[in-house]
Amino acid sequence: MENWSLVSVCVLLGLTTRWAVSFSSYSGAGKPPMFGDYEAQRHWQEVTYNLPVQEWYFNTTDNDLGYWGLDYPPLTAYHSLLCGHVAKLINPAWVELRTSRGFESAAHKLFMRTTVLFADILIYFPAVILYCIYLSDGSSKRKVATALCILLYPGLILIDYGHFQYNSVSLALTLWGIVGLGLGWNLLGALAFSLALNYKQMELYHSLPFFCFLLGKCIKQGLMGRGLLLLVKISLTVLVTFALCWWPFLSDPQQILQVLHRLFPVDRGLFEDKVANTWCSLNVLIKIKTLLSRDTQLLLSFALTLLSILPSSIKLLTKPTLWQFKLALVSDEKPVCLMMNELPLMAVWFLLISTFSMLPLLLKDGLLLPYTVTSLAFLYLGVYLLSHQIPCLTDVFFCSNRKGALHLVFLQFTVSLVAMAGLSFTSMVLEPPARLPDLFPVLVSVFSFLHFLAMLLYFNLVQLTEPSSKKSQKKTN
Amino acid sequence: MIAEWSWFVALAFGVSFIKCLLINAYHSTDFEVHRNWLAVTHSLPVSQWYYESTSEWTLDYPPFFAWFEYGLSHFAKYFDKEMLVVQNLNYASPATVLFQRLSVIFTDLVFIYAVKECCKCCREDKGKDLLGKSSFILATLLLWNFGLLIVDHIHFQYNGFLFGVLLLSVARHFQKRHLEGALLFAVLLNLKHIYLYVAPAYGIFLLRCFCFTQNNADGSLQWRSFSPLRLVALGLIVLSTFAVSFGPFIVKGQLQQVISRLFPFKRGLCHAYWAPNIWALYNIADKALSILGVKLKLLDMSKFSKASMTGGLVQEFQHSVLPSVSPLITLICTLLSILDAPDSLFAYNIYLSIIFVKKMKTPFLKALFTLFPTTELPIKILLMLLFTIFSFSSLTKLFSKSGPLLNSVEVAYLLGLVPLELICEFVYPLTSWQHTLPFIPLLLTSVYCALGVLYSFIRLYLSVLAAPSTTGKAKSQ
Repeated sequence: MENWSLVSVCVLLGLTTRWAVSFSSYSGAGKPPMFGDYEAQRHWQEVTYNLPVQEWYFNTTDNDLGYWGLDYPPLTAYHSLLCGHVAKLINPAWVELRTSRGFESAAHKLFMRTTVLFADILIYFPAVILYCIYLSDGSSKRKVATALCILLYPGLILIDYGHFQYNSVSLALTLWGIVGLGLGWNLLGALAFSLALNYKQMELYHSLPFFCFLLGKCIKQGLMGRGLLLLVKISLTVLVTFALCWWPFLSDPQQILQVLHRLFPVDRGLFEDKVANTWCSLNVLIKIKTLLSRDTQLLLSFALTLLSILPSSIKLLTKPTLWQFKLALVSDEKPVCLMMNELPLMAVWFLLISTFSMLPLLLKDGLLLPYTVTSLAFLYLGVYLLSHQIPCLTDVFFCSNRKGALHLVFLQFTVSLVAMAGLSFTSMVLEPPARLPDLFPVLVSVFSFLHFLAMLLYFNLVQLTEPSSKKSQKKTN
Repeated sequence: MIAEWSWFVALAFGVSFIKCLLINAYHSTDFEVHRNWLAVTHSLPVSQWYYESTSEWTLDYPPFFAWFEYGLSHFAKYFDKEMLVVQNLNYASPATVLFQRLSVIFTDLVFIYAVKECCKCCREDKGKDLLGKSSFILATLLLWNFGLLIVDHIHFQYNGFLFGVLLLSVARHFQKRHLEGALLFAVLLNLKHIYLYVAPAYGIFLLRCFCFTQNNADGSLQWRSFSPLRLVALGLIVLSTFAVSFGPFIVKGQLQQVISRLFPFKRGLCHAYWAPNIWALYNIADKALSILGVKLKLLDMSKFSKASMTGGLVQEFQHSVLPSVSPLITLICTLLSILDAPDSLFAYNIYLSIIFVKKMKTPFLKALFTLFPTTELPIKILLMLLFTIFSFSSLTKLFSKSGPLLNSVEVAYLLGLVPLELICEFVYPLTSWQHTLPFIPLLLTSVYCALGVLYSFIRLYLSVLAAPSTTGKAKSQ
C-alpha cells in the first residue's frame, strides 16, 4: 500500500474514533446551576459575541465572572468569538446574552462537537502528520505506525471530545512550534509557540525548553554575528505576535493587569480538584494545606516547578539538538507523544498513566465506556504496532541493553497495568467507605503522581547521561 | 502459529473496539424489533410466538432465529429484566442498549471465525509484505466492511452473524467439506429466509461440484459421474434441518401462520425479492404516481397512511431487505475477486459499497425529516472513505497487472456522488422546496444509485459469462 493511503487510513481512524467518542456525554450535562466545561465554552461564545472586548475580562452586570468567567488568554477568546458568530447564524438562541445560560440541545451538542473536530482537522492532524514524516526516524511504515498511535492517544480524545475542551488547539500549536524548530524554520517555530502561549497559559510549562533551545541555537551560531541576528529576529517575532494577540488590551494597563489576574488566579490556591500533582500527594503525608501559608505554598510551588525543568533546560542550552529538546519538553505529559518513535514502551506507558489519572473526572462526566475502549485499544495497538516495528527488543528500553534490565522493565510495566486496571475497576464498580469518600480519586492521584515523578527522573537521566546510541544524534539546525 | 495470525487478531480487535465505541450511537426501529422478539420468545410459550402481535413488529424470521433470540434472552435478564416484558414497547434503557449492542458485537465472532476460515483458503503469498498479502486484504475488506458496520452497529441488525454463517459454509466448500457447507446453508435459510434467493445458485453449485464427482479433461461436466448417494445425503441434511426448524410448528398445525408471517404477500413484496435493486425504480414510480394522484385530486391525502407517503408498497421491503442484501453482494464480490475468480469483479465491490452507503442513507434521511440531527453522518462518511481508500489502494496493488480499476465513465459516476450528496444533505434542505417536496433528495439518490447498481450488475453478469471457466481449474488442483 502506498504511503498516502496509509496516512489517510490513519487520519480517518483518528477522526472516526474522535467522532464516536463525541456521542457520549459532556461535562456538566444536565447539571444545573453551574453545569461544566461545555457550558463554560458556550458561555464564552455568548460573552465574546455580545460584549465589547474591553468588558470580556471584567466583572460587569452583563458579565458575571463568577459564572465561568474567561480565564484563558485572548486567543481563546477570539476563537470563541468566531464560534459565536457561527452559532448566531445557525441558532441565535445559543448565544443570547443571559437567556442562553445552561442551553442544552442535541443540535447544539452537534455544533459544539463539530467546532472541536474542525479545529482538530485544521491544525492538529497536519502537525502530527508532518512531525511523524519529517522528524521521526525509521521506515515509512514505522512513521505511519507512530502517527496512528499519537492520533489515538486516549487522553486528548476523551478530554476534547468527551469532557469538552479545545486542548488539541494549544497542543497543535506547540507541535507546530516543535516542527518548525526541528526543520530549521526558527521563526515559524517561535511564532507557533507564541500563539500556543496566547491560547492557553499552561503552555508556560514548555516555554523554558523553547527558550533554551532557541537561545542555544543562537549561541551556537555565534552571538557576535549571525547568532545575534537570529536572536533579534526571534525576539521580534515573539513580541509582534504577543502585541497582535493583546492588541485590544494594550491601550489600558488596567486591562492587561486584569487579564493577567484572570489567567493566574493565585487566590484559588493549589488544591482545586484533586489533581495528580505534588501537592495533593504530599498532602496525604504532610498536611501542607494547614502547615504552610498560602503565599509560601505558591512560592514553593513555583520554585519546585522551575527546579524540575531547570536541569534539562540547561543541558538543552549547551546542546541544542532536537533530541535534547524533546527530552526537555517531556516534563509535562502530553509531549510524551513525541517519544513514541524512539521510546515506544515508555511513551505508551506514560500516556496510559496520564489517561488513567483523569479517571475520576471522566467518571464524573459519564465517560466510562469511551475511557475503557480507547485505553484498551491504545494499549493493544501500541504494544502490537510498535513491537512489530522494532527489530530488536532492547530498543524499547533505552538506557541499558542488558536482557535482565529489559525483563525488569516489562515486569514493572505489567504490574503497573494490572494496578491501573484494578483501580479503574474498583473506582467504577465499588462504593468508597463512608469515612473516606475521596479514597479512589486520591489513590488514582497518588499512583499517577508516583509514575510521573519516576518518568521525570527517567527522562532527565536519559538526557543527562547521553549514551552513545544511534538515536541521540540529530542534526542541529 | 500464533504470530502468523497476530495481524488477524489485531484487525478483529481493532474493528471490535470501533463497534464498542458505537454503542451509544443512534439506533433505528430495528432495535425495538429485536427487543420485542427477545420479550416474545422469553415470556411466551412457543405456540404463541408467531401469533403474538402486541407490537407492530411481529416475528417474521424463521424459527431458528426465534430460538436464537430465545437463547439471548437468557443473558438479557441479567442486564435489565424490563426489556423482556412484551408490553414495554420502545423500552430502551441504557442497560438494554448495552446488552443488545454487545450481543451484536459478540455474535460477530461467528463472522470473524468465518473470515479466518476464508483467509486460510487464500493463495499463499510468499515474500510479500503483510499489507500486500491477499489474505490480509480479504480479511480487512470483510472485517472492516463499512456497510456492515453501519447497518449492524448503528442501524442495528444481526447481519454479521448471518453473513458469518454464509461465509463459513462457502469456506467449507473451498475446503472440500461439502456436507458441512450444505448443513450450514440449510441452517442459514432457517435463520433468515431472505437467503432463499441465493439458494438456486447455491443448489446448482452443490449439484455441479459435489454430486458430479468427476470432470472431463477439458473441465466440462462428465454426466456419467453423477452420484445419487451424494444427492441423497444432501437432501437428507437439508430436509432434516428444515424438519427440526419447522417441525414443532407443523405438529401444532401452525405452519400456515408461520409462512404468512415470513412471506407477507399482502404487502406486495413477493415480486421484489428477486430484484433487490430494482425496488428503487418501483419506489419512484410509486411516489410519483401518488403525488400525481394527490395533485390531480384523484387520490385523497387523508386516506394515505404514513407508510405509503414515504415509500409506498416497498417501504417495508426497503427497511428489512435492502440492508441485508446490498452488503451481502459486496461481500460476495470481495470474496470471489480475491479467491481466484474473474479479475473484473473487484472493481464492482468498491463500486457497490459506495452505492450501498448512499442507499443506506435513505432510512437516515427519513430520520432527519422526523426527528434528530445527523450526528451519525460524519461516522458514515469517515467509514466509507476509510473503506474506499483501503480497497482502492490495496486492490490496485493486487491486480496491478490488469490495468486501471475503473474506466473514466465509472470514475465520473462515482465522483458524481459527491455533488449529489452535497445537494441532498446541505443545499436542498435550505431551499423552499424542502417543505412542499421533501422526498426529492430520496428520489434523486434512489434513481442515481439504481442506475449505478443496474450498470454494475449487467457488467458483472457479462464478465462472469464471458470469463473462461475457473471451476475446472479449481477442481484439478
